[in-house]
Amino acid sequence: MKILKLIFKNSMRHKLRTSLTVLGIAIAVIAFGVLRTVVTAWYSGVDAANPNRLIVRQAVSFIFPLPYSYLEKIKQVPGVKQVTYANWFGGIYIDQSNFFARYGVDADTYFNVYNEYNIPPDELSTFKKERNSCILGSDLAKKYHLKIGDVMTLEGDIYPGTWELAVRGIYTPKYKTTDAMQMFFHWDYIDERMRVEMPGREGDVGWYVVLINNAANSGSISNQIDALFKNSPAETKTETEGTFQQGFIQSSSAIITSMNFISFVIIGIIMLVLGNTMIMSARERTREYAVLKTLGFSGKHLAGIIMGESLVISILGGLLGLLLTYPIVEGFSQFIPKGMFPVFEVKTITVVLAVSAALLVGIIAALFPMQRALRMKIVEGFRFVG
Amino acid sequence: MKIPIKYTLRNFKTRKLTTGITIAGIALVVFVFTAVLMMAYGVQKTLKATGSPDNVMIFRKAATSEISSIIGPDIQNIISTLPHIAKEPEGTPIISYEPVVVINLDKIGGGVSNITVRGVSPTISSLRKQVKIIKGRMFNWGMRELIVGQSIEQRFEGAQVGSYIKFAGDNWKIVGVFTTDGTGFDSEIWGDALQLLSAFNRGTTVSTVTLKLDDPSNYASFKSAFESDKRLNQFESQIEQEYFESQSKFMSAFISVLGIFVTIIFSLGAMIGAMITMYAAVANRTIEIGTLRSLGFSRRSILSAFLIESMFTSLIGGLIGIALASFLQFISISTLNYGSFADLTFSFAVSPAIILISLIFSAAMGFVGGFLPSVRAARMNIVNALRAA
Repeated sequence: MKILKLIFKNSMRHKLRTSLTVLGIAIAVIAFGVLRTVVTAWYSGVDAANPNRLIVRQAVSFIFPLPYSYLEKIKQVPGVKQVTYANWFGGIYIDQSNFFARYGVDADTYFNVYNEYNIPPDELSTFKKERNSCILGSDLAKKYHLKIGDVMTLEGDIYPGTWELAVRGIYTPKYKTTDAMQMFFHWDYIDERMRVEMPGREGDVGWYVVLINNAANSGSISNQIDALFKNSPAETKTETEGTFQQGFIQSSSAIITSMNFISFVIIGIIMLVLGNTMIMSARERTREYAVLKTLGFSGKHLAGIIMGESLVISILGGLLGLLLTYPIVEGFSQFIPKGMFPVFEVKTITVVLAVSAALLVGIIAALFPMQRALRMKIVEGFRFVG
Repeated sequence: MKIPIKYTLRNFKTRKLTTGITIAGIALVVFVFTAVLMMAYGVQKTLKATGSPDNVMIFRKAATSEISSIIGPDIQNIISTLPHIAKEPEGTPIISYEPVVVINLDKIGGGVSNITVRGVSPTISSLRKQVKIIKGRMFNWGMRELIVGQSIEQRFEGAQVGSYIKFAGDNWKIVGVFTTDGTGFDSEIWGDALQLLSAFNRGTTVSTVTLKLDDPSNYASFKSAFESDKRLNQFESQIEQEYFESQSKFMSAFISVLGIFVTIIFSLGAMIGAMITMYAAVANRTIEIGTLRSLGFSRRSILSAFLIESMFTSLIGGLIGIALASFLQFISISTLNYGSFADLTFSFAVSPAIILISLIFSAAMGFVGGFLPSVRAARMNIVNALRAA
């Protein structure tokens, strides 16, 4: 008990220095937390992926379409429960800075395969009946102050021309990881206009989404689908939704790697700050340690006192940082363009990593002064002048 | 009277470990700061160098990237009749009608990425003079042959001279490697536009049209001719260099915002580190300070001596950080560019401005971190300071 009291008294001796160090650690923990949150936000699409869904796209790359005729063929593959399809519309809404996903989807089947969008049944049925209508995510509707009955005008690039779409439904996300910044309208509507305006481009499907009965069979079903179209002008590549998302992330891997790298450099910096404080404190107390040793305290006791003080400071700093991380991440998310990361929140793993990093730093920062205190001879200690 | 610099330097010697740790902390912060600026500048520099100032690119107004732009044959004809287009000696206008697509290729060492494939017209050697074939030969017009950019050859499987890439139901032979000295084109694959159009079943509908002006100063008059033609009102023209540079906007803004946010937090940490060190330095030297004061040094010179010490420490750290970061110039990295949805290879690039900003940044950290402790040193009462045990 006495030792504990000594540890606390010691850490409060230089109030200014201790509070500066605690602050320094807190700031580093915040930076660590924010960076890890950005990294995990990148992977949120993978977390949201349903293992029972497969994505079928052209093998060359995602920008090439598949023929509509593939639909019936894919439906015949054993183990396939339902098939739907979609197109990436692109284009702009008002101006280029308003980025959000716009899809042309098969109105009848799309929301059966994607059941994570809560749409009021009456809104969904009006949407299905009206060819030039659309459904918006709740965040999207909120951002542009759109309500049911409004008309949105899109300027197309891949599908040139002006497109007017009436808002007939607004979905709310079922899960935390569901993206509420998307816009869906009728694939049929795009196809109808392409047939007239750009003959030769009718029947183009961006990708098929296949719902299967058992996720364990995803590999074999994927192979069967790809085998169907082998050596045709439009070969397919089928993969689970998670793998498909991962592919997108992989192409930005350089940025993620550098963020990971930086988040560990931060830990290095905390270590230097706390290590410096511990070394200075131990240096100033060299004579006291000599006194303690004379009184019969062993080297182990001294080591414990130093380690204890280092841990007290690092835990205080870690907790303060963690408390502040939440509001700061919240504030930071306001600056990120909506729709870039559908989910931006502090994950449990981030908290665990931050706390263990702070503890680790506390331990490592104490090692150097501890070693000095252990080795120090009593006489040398008394002779020491600061 | 000033306190000699020697006094400051001797202090470093006495407290090697603490000073060393502070320097290391600041060096780390400046390293990250400089690296982030170099990364953002690298993307910008690479893309800016891609376009030429005397070329004009024409694309669909609503298109966010080359791959989503569409220009039909009728519009291509109208464009070719516009004034101020440079001509080859025998009279052909220097225009390239370019279908641009992305294909997936496997990276050497795992992973898949999107690669831009650009179809070009026969006037390409006059349009983009910076292109040099460094291995093999130029593709033959009318053949299913391709040339690949230098960084594609180095980073992707099956992208070397002699191998075949399969797409659109055909095998395309790679016959050469080209370089444009590290611009964005080095991350592309080029082939005959007409061959690519027929393979992708696109008729004669291309993505973008790039042409050379007879004189860069005629752009304004070209643009007014372009804009006064009602048939072209869904399209836009831009200097090629500006077009490619604008493609770097999102990436370099993203890197800068994230990087600067992180470094500000970092620098707070490093400043606190410097502050702790300087407070300790002041506390340990109370008697010294009293002595200096009684020798006649003014409060102001004590203040400046400690500030100089702190700024000196952080400048040394800053120089080490910048020196470490400058080695990054030899590293090139590649990532998906959100401007084009395709892979882009670029190097960290340093500029005098970046070095200057980093130095100012490190000096500022030293100043802010050292200010309060120096004030404390300067305000000490002579008698009390001398009495301190």
